[in-house]
Amino acid sequence: MTAPFDPGRGYGLNPAVALRPEPFGALAYHFGNRRLSFLKAPELVELVRGLASHRCVSDALAAVPEGRRDAYLRALASLAAADMIVPQQARSEVA
Amino acid sequence: MTITRGQTAPAERVPALVEQFKGGLAAPICLTWEWTYACNLSCRHCLSSSGRRDPGELTTAEMRLVIDELRAMQVFYVNVGGGEPTVRPDFWELLDYAVANQVGVKFSTNGLRLDAERARRLAATDYLDVQVSLDGASREVNDAVRGDGSYAMALRAMENLAEAGFPNFKISVVMTRHNVPQLDDFAALADRFGAQLRITRLRPSGRGADVWSELHPTEAQQREIYSWLTDRGDQVLTGDSFFHLNALGGSPLPGLNLCGAGRVVCLIDPVGDVYACPFAIHDAFKAGTVRAPGGFAQVWRSAPLFAELRTETSGGACRSCSEYSVCQGGCMAAKFFTGLPLDGPDPECVKGHGASALAAVGGAPPQAGTDHSHRGREVPLGMPSVRVPAKLCDSSPLAGTA
Repeated sequence: MTAPFDPGRGYGLNPAVALRPEPFGALAYHFGNRRLSFLKAPELVELVRGLASHRCVSDALAAVPEGRRDAYLRALASLAAADMIVPQQARSEVA
Repeated sequence: MTITRGQTAPAERVPALVEQFKGGLAAPICLTWEWTYACNLSCRHCLSSSGRRDPGELTTAEMRLVIDELRAMQVFYVNVGGGEPTVRPDFWELLDYAVANQVGVKFSTNGLRLDAERARRLAATDYLDVQVSLDGASREVNDAVRGDGSYAMALRAMENLAEAGFPNFKISVVMTRHNVPQLDDFAALADRFGAQLRITRLRPSGRGADVWSELHPTEAQQREIYSWLTDRGDQVLTGDSFFHLNALGGSPLPGLNLCGAGRVVCLIDPVGDVYACPFAIHDAFKAGTVRAPGGFAQVWRSAPLFAELRTETSGGACRSCSEYSVCQGGCMAAKFFTGLPLDGPDPECVKGHGASALAAVGGAPPQAGTDHSHRGREVPLGMPSVRVPAKLCDSSPLAGTA
């Protein structure tokens, strides 16, 4: 199963997942397990899209205003639990 | 489809997802696409009054263009139905084309074409799901609604899928007065085949209007369905169709629990007409056609009907009800085809407001917009079916092709 979410690691969008822009943010569809998730803020969508360019999740969150970091951290953790974002290292192992 | 809703952005800035959905999405989440009106069966409650092929059905080339469009709109999967979709000679070719274009397909079938070899090929295809329709966990209950031989045909298809190792295919049941007592039997059947059970609500749509009064679950059965579903959480799929039952208790059923018509849901029918929902094949809910310039995208984004459905509804007569926030007034199609006003209670309102509203309906309810029923052929409830084709070519859409 999926390893526990670790903000000290680098994560990126799972290559099996597509993001569809929506008025509220984006809809994420996982072609592998056919799950649908909702990214409920445009800012969260930007964060997810840019996630892979950061060394770790904590670095990526540094650009987010402090008051919202906890909420986005929780959102990323649930995206990781749903296999929507995956640890970078695991991703290269797969590829 | 499974919807996860764990992603919680800051609550103070973001309205509930369900509120956002009321304004509509960039593309549907749940698109039903019926590929033909032709069907080998004549189910009493067929929501699309299917039977005979319509000569104006989309051609293979037109179907491919729609798939191209769905891909461009990022519609990640479609629910394909009919009629019996596998009756189309180009069915398998279109299936492959959709899947190759990242438009996943879940198709509904009565099992007609699912022999062992086909089941093996399906099991080896990605982005594909199969839903076998069955409306009774016993031959008697099923065949009384779906016709002689339909139980055996569905069971054979399920056996073939299970043997081919098709994981987690769906068994889809429309709940009627006669099969509510079989809920546990359906669950056992699903377990036996490694399948997942899906139960949905009987709507008075298509030929369903003719049998709705005698087949829709009783009040006691509605409570039984609700508690049975509550006990099983998201193990059993419902197509979000029982949200009107949320007025019964504390814990809402899993799902979005809103009428998605024109907001997250719509129907493309076999001739390319776009309707607000699969249960509303009537001019009043027709938004346009994929054959017009601009295609499906234009209809989804700009149809005046859809714009109207995406505005806040008043709640009408239901507004003062304490349960309105959880049942949302119920199902638009159920109201329409029983002659009830759209801003009033659902005919199966668990508070009993539907029954009194139905008693007050004057005149005949609206008729379904199209009727492709086989002529001179019906499945008498509870009796062996007698098939008397009016014309030879009405006997089966497959006549001469098998």
